[in-house]
Amino acid sequence: MASRLFFEALRDAIVEEMDRDPNVFVLGEDVGHYGGSYKVTKDLHRKYGELRMLDTPIAEASFSGLAVGAAMCGLRPILEGMNMGFLLLAFSQIANNGGMLRYTSGGQFTVPMVVRGPGGVGRQLGAEHSQRLEAYFYAVPGLKIVAPSTPKEAKGLLKAAIRDNNTVLFFEHVLLYNLREDIPEDDDFIIPLGKANVLREGEDITIVSYSRMVHHCLQAVDSLVAEGYEPEVIDLRTLKPLDLETIGKSLKKTHRLLIVEEDYKTGGLGGEIIALIDEHYFDELDAPAVRLASKDIPTPYNGRMEAVTIPQPEDIIREAKKLMEA
Amino acid sequence: MIQEKIKLATTSLTQDEALAVYRDMILGRVFEDRCAQMYYQGKMFGFVHLYSGQEAVSSGVISQLGPLDYVSSTYRDHVHALSKGVPARAVMAELFGKATGCSRGRGGSMHLFSAEHRLLGGYAFVAEGIPVATGSAFKSKYLKEVLNDPHRTEVTACFFGDGASNNGAFFESMNMAALWKLPILFVCENNLWSIGMAHSRASSVHDIYKKALAFDIPGVQVDGMDVVAVHKVAKEAIERARAGEGPTLIEALTYRFRGHSLADPDELRDKEEKERWRKQDPIPKFQHFLYEQGMATELELKSIDREIEVAIDDAVQFALDSPEPPVDEIYRFIHAEDE
Repeated sequence: MASRLFFEALRDAIVEEMDRDPNVFVLGEDVGHYGGSYKVTKDLHRKYGELRMLDTPIAEASFSGLAVGAAMCGLRPILEGMNMGFLLLAFSQIANNGGMLRYTSGGQFTVPMVVRGPGGVGRQLGAEHSQRLEAYFYAVPGLKIVAPSTPKEAKGLLKAAIRDNNTVLFFEHVLLYNLREDIPEDDDFIIPLGKANVLREGEDITIVSYSRMVHHCLQAVDSLVAEGYEPEVIDLRTLKPLDLETIGKSLKKTHRLLIVEEDYKTGGLGGEIIALIDEHYFDELDAPAVRLASKDIPTPYNGRMEAVTIPQPEDIIREAKKLMEA
Repeated sequence: MIQEKIKLATTSLTQDEALAVYRDMILGRVFEDRCAQMYYQGKMFGFVHLYSGQEAVSSGVISQLGPLDYVSSTYRDHVHALSKGVPARAVMAELFGKATGCSRGRGGSMHLFSAEHRLLGGYAFVAEGIPVATGSAFKSKYLKEVLNDPHRTEVTACFFGDGASNNGAFFESMNMAALWKLPILFVCENNLWSIGMAHSRASSVHDIYKKALAFDIPGVQVDGMDVVAVHKVAKEAIERARAGEGPTLIEALTYRFRGHSLADPDELRDKEEKERWRKQDPIPKFQHFLYEQGMATELELKSIDREIEVAIDDAVQFALDSPEPPVDEIYRFIHAEDE
């Protein structure tokens, strides 16, 4: 085991996969000489050279399209969004090409591309740098979406994403980069996409979350356990395809569901999960499923306003108790 | 850097090449005329954008590419696909939405693909294919310089229209291609109209080849109704690309003889303008050239024309006889895992 910070774990994953497969390369703004906005690719250009650690001009739509073309022709690009919000400028290339092109080409071309980078609500970064894109991209056919919660998860999932033959959006949370964890020192340590992780077993309620909100949930759970409750906590890891089976299995035990997400409430993943639970596990519910999500507002700069924009541990404690007492 | 208008071309076309180019132009023209018939007979649907009038560009450029070179196209992609070697049967069947189509009935007129022929696709958003083509050119450079592939450098020919030359993707991609000296031809087919928007009303600079100046790469304007001239210009650009000297912007002045798509009544364009361009039809012009050069007789060309008619009859029959893709395969090809 090696103790690694979140951003170091990502770097390890990239290095291992680049050493394993010469077709893997990294591109994006400041990924080379500067080492990436969160230092994920620091010094890697020295090892891999300019073409495999490709510093691009600030032209998100076109370097994303370039990555698509390279992927169609056999390379395996890892595209870093300096801030994932910037990739709204590349929505068409990611959706039309990354998501749909395999289908429209009748299966002839695949786009094995990872689109990764920092996002989420940080510390007073303002609305445009505090974006959560998972719901925006969720409906696009063909895309896979991953959002890791810890360094170990980040490494195992990123390696799986790089080896995957589809376009995978890999959302890293800005406030998790300096999290530390012990990680297995094994080049083939992989966490398969599409499998959720039961972090804590319990019988009273199922709390489903992903990325940074997992940590808010775990804080809340500490208090709930101290009060005698036994919540079950599921880290989704992969948002699409969704591991509905693991949620359903948990509901058969707890019969209560709370979803905690940092994305907007409207049109968000929580609403989608509730609809799926209605379709597949309605009879298991003893109370209506509840979602805690961000307020439907551009993230405000002010620190207090920003804090109440996203779900906090006390919100989770309150909603969980209401549900368990219902 | 060279920014030039090519007026007259002395040709390096051999007789065999010239006849192959002629055959390809006829194939494009006859195919598109048949598409119009089939569309009006209700055999094909959706938006169908025909290429008639612009054949000299597709044939002049793509005839010089090899099987390992790439082509990217737009929604007006049938003829680029044919020139790159995609069989007329497969293209026609795709337009009919059949399982035997080159995109297995999933793509349609605007999304023709062929991995085998390195046709990167028809892209239906204006300028969408330009960055993708820049990516295939990047891969060709990567293949040489990172993976040490010993073969000759692959070249990408990226086709788009005058409308795309006002889009950010055009500028962003040319910048990257120039920066990294990528082996690519940016071939702008300036047919003067973006549906109903006249080029002169859309672009502050009317001569698109001059836009290459911004990136310090060669920009060349060529008579896109003259396949001999297009061939010459493309030959030089391909040689530069293969030699690692980077991209070229080619502006081919051309005209579409039909409306934007078969759904367009084409009422806006001036009748005189249309007639003036009709007189520039690249096919009779090339026939005249072939006679003049003693490369073919009228009889020989007529025999090629007949062969093509037969091939298109066959393509239509093939498309008619082909099965529809099974509806229970509707999810097939979404993910790389499902084959």
